[in-house]
Amino acid sequence: MNPYLAGVGLGLVLLLAFVLMGRGLGASGAFSTIVAVIVDAVAPAHAQANEFYLGYLENGYGSPFKSFLMFEVIGVLVGGFISGALAGRVKRTVERGPRMSAKGRIGLAILGGTMMGFGAKLAGGCTSGQGLSGGAVLGLGSWTFMIMVFVGGYAGAYFLRREWR
Amino acid sequence: MIAPFYKYGLFGDEVSLILAAVIGVGFGFFLERAGFGSSRKLAAQFYFTDMAVFKVMFSAIVTAMLGLFYLSWAGLVDISMVYVSPTYLLPQLIGGLVLGLGFIVGGYCPGTSVVGISTGRLDAVAFGGGVFSGIFVYGELYPWLADFVKSTSMGRVTLDSWLGVDVGMVVFAVVVMAVLGFWGATTVERKLARREAEA
Repeated sequence: MNPYLAGVGLGLVLLLAFVLMGRGLGASGAFSTIVAVIVDAVAPAHAQANEFYLGYLENGYGSPFKSFLMFEVIGVLVGGFISGALAGRVKRTVERGPRMSAKGRIGLAILGGTMMGFGAKLAGGCTSGQGLSGGAVLGLGSWTFMIMVFVGGYAGAYFLRREWR
Repeated sequence: MIAPFYKYGLFGDEVSLILAAVIGVGFGFFLERAGFGSSRKLAAQFYFTDMAVFKVMFSAIVTAMLGLFYLSWAGLVDISMVYVSPTYLLPQLIGGLVLGLGFIVGGYCPGTSVVGISTGRLDAVAFGGGVFSGIFVYGELYPWLADFVKSTSMGRVTLDSWLGVDVGMVVFAVVVMAVLGFWGATTVERKLARREAEA
């Protein structure tokens, strides 16, 4: 799809979230909920003593899973699959550049994901929550965050060109 | 009747969860349509060969921003009830930088990795696993990080209030910057395509 058209579509979904719910979109919060619930299941005293985990455990309507972000992310799974299936893009594969091994790419994906998870929690949100949603409502911290995401990406690109190019 | 409807009690918690799922379906659909189920497409942004990340992100931001501010101007949305994530300047600066590096190393962000997972990308599955471990590391270090992540706290502050100008001026400036950015991005893409064709 034309990137501007996809962007307008995405923007209208975001606007719908603002109008209906008074909040934007998110993603990393759902990952955090799952982490908090697992830590709580394994070591309840440890999780309950930690303000970060506790925030997610006390979130939701009666259960941490009954939260906006959990339901939204389940929707993202479904919506992504519908679009991919309609376009014939559902394929079991490892995305990588022509000079990169699949194993190496998987390793870097785990490393990058770890940095992403950590960075998103430092910033209080990821590209969806801080970038898109915070950007559209002109949050100062969100715009600072967004500029730094691009700075970080471009700063690392030279060193990782073997992975992608 | 005035929006945001949930905050004005038009519907309750259970309905809000159904709406969350519907909103999520739309979110996932357009992310995949944009090609963002593919880490190669996302990473291409940082090699200037395909600037779709910038184009999609900023056309989405401009669309939602204009919609919100026109609706607010028309008195249909109470903007003071719309959540603006609070500013913690330094943590967001450092967090953004770490996240940006994670983006080019890992090839996804949390939202796009969910779309990658649903369309069979094994690197997205690995990335998602990484996100869990990164959040776990953060959670375990939280007692030592708490002071830092709560520092440089400025509360609910928007660009217009920070600059001390009217919100309309900021909205206008963002639109102008986005359009200039789209033009610049396309110009760079074309230049690189020509250079690669010659090589």
